[in-house]
Amino acid sequence: MSEKKIRVLIAKPGLDGHDRGAKVVARALRDAGFEVIYTGLRQTPEQIVAAAIAEDVDAVGLSLLSGAHNYLFPRVIELLREQGADDILVFGGGVIPEEDIPGLKKAGVAEIFTPGTPTSETVKFLRERCGDKQ
Amino acid sequence: MNRDWGALLTRARAGDKRAVARLISGVEEGGGTARTVLDQVWPQTGHARVFGITGPPGAGKSTLTDALTKCWRQAGLRVGILAVDPTSPFTGGAILGDRVRMGDLTLDEGVFIRSMGTRGRLGGLSPASSGAIHILDACGYDLILVETVGVGQSEVAVVETADVVLVLTVPGLGDDVQAIKAGILEIGDLFAVNKADRPGADRTANELRTMLTLGETEKRDLPVLLVSAAQNQGVAELCQAMEQRFSQLEGSGELARRRELRLRSELLTQIRDGMERRLLDPLLEGADFQQAMERFQARQGSPYQWAEEFVRHINMGGSG
Ligand code: B12
Ligand SMILES: Nc1nc2c(ncn2[C@@H]2O[C@H](COP(=O)(O)OP(=O)(O)O)[C@@H](O)[C@H]2O)c(=O)[nH]1
Ligand SMILES: [Mg+2]
Repeated sequence: MSEKKIRVLIAKPGLDGHDRGAKVVARALRDAGFEVIYTGLRQTPEQIVAAAIAEDVDAVGLSLLSGAHNYLFPRVIELLREQGADDILVFGGGVIPEEDIPGLKKAGVAEIFTPGTPTSETVKFLRERCGDKQ
Repeated sequence: MNRDWGALLTRARAGDKRAVARLISGVEEGGGTARTVLDQVWPQTGHARVFGITGPPGAGKSTLTDALTKCWRQAGLRVGILAVDPTSPFTGGAILGDRVRMGDLTLDEGVFIRSMGTRGRLGGLSPASSGAIHILDACGYDLILVETVGVGQSEVAVVETADVVLVLTVPGLGDDVQAIKAGILEIGDLFAVNKADRPGADRTANELRTMLTLGETEKRDLPVLLVSAAQNQGVAELCQAMEQRFSQLEGSGELARRRELRLRSELLTQIRDGMERRLLDPLLEGADFQQAMERFQARQGSPYQWAEEFVRHINMGGSG
């Protein structure tokens, strides 16, 4: 009973109503043995950060298909930093143009997974980044 | 994980949610960490009222938890919420989705929500639920709501954890309140039919009242309320009814009896674990046990005979 489970918050920031991708990823992570906290649609960055802190997650995965990622993703990272929780890994996915990815990474997003990337990539990524936190 | 748990507890009690969250992770980790955390927290516990909410999947437990919490927040109480969802027995993973219905509470300073997976525990709660309750209690949450996984028939562990259990059902689940099977009915201190905005809620409530009349005498007059969590109808009344039930149980001495039983069972669990570690583990590792297994497998000596043999051994060596 004393193994450390990887806990991940999957969140949909902003007004974007596309939730299939987020649910696909949530299921894939569950099937890989992670504990996934799903908070549903239309979350503000403030809500996402508050939930991430109370749930003591290892990582926050943001899903966005509407195009507002360049504002919302960095905003989540900024708030985590303000609250002294920047040890929580932030990654993301959805419809995100190639040319936006370097800027997002510079802002602190650890990785972006775009349409067509197998979910096993995400699992592998999280195992590498959160697996040996003991 | 090595942390300064004492310092964390001080921060947590001063309202730092990150610290509260870390303490709960500590009890979820189990083993020595859980022990260290509970050693620290224990002297500060024993103040909160604990309400359990149980019922079939989709009955609206999370939606109602959200609505009830808003009600108690208006009364100025600080509310801690533990929302339990099932862990897959095959992968060990879980999707914890109760927060979807509680978005409004996320930014409320006086509310702490934690989602937990059952992590292999049967009964509808998580192995760390009681530890997490103690932490929320020690951190000054006046009221703790525990939402169990959707009940089938055996998810009744909440009764060993909560002071008052609310059983929730909804209209349209089939004949005779099928979803509330024997066992679930027994654990209720009060009942509510949610989704009263839908047709058939009255009938479901009446069926429930009939079933209660047929059961044990002391269940006969338990409240059955109609509520619509999504439309916030009947929620204030339900809030009140839950408080009333609490006071009744307190007045009759039943609450004290339950709390004593609960503490006793928590203590017994630890004693059992300790005995196992101290007496059973060395025995299982010893050569005697290996040899006994061989003979036992060859059908020399029944399970009872061998058990007696080993227990006698333990008694002789274990006088210290
Ligand atoms: C299905 C769909 C819809 C459905 C959504 C149903 C639902 N509940 O999700 C409906 C019909 C409702 C819809 C509506 C709209 N849509 Co639409 N929709 C699509 C479509 C065709 C497919 C999206 C999808 O579900 N894919 C399947 C899932 C599994 O893939 P995915 O979401 O990309 O997720 C994968 C990866 O991106 C990644 N991923 C995603 N999230 C995350 C998160 C993490 C943490 C990780 C690691 C990975 C990850 O992993 C997933 C699995 O590989 C896309 C086009 C496209 N090809 O993407 C347009 C699209 C997203 N929609 C679009 C638009 C404009 C709209 C509307 C505004 C249309 C309108 N004018 O009304 C509305 C807005 C709805 C709203 N409220 O936000 C545009 C967005 C344009 C943009 N970004 O600039 C797209 C790109 C179409 C286009 N080319 O114009 N839509
Ligand atoms: N019509 C109606 N739907 C409700 C009500 N309360 C909850 N629901 C819906 O029932 C579904 C399940 O609710 P949820 O709270 O997640 O149920 P849980 O599984 O018991 O926690 C959701 O779609 C809710 O919106 C209600 O009072 N009336
Ligand atoms: Mg629920």
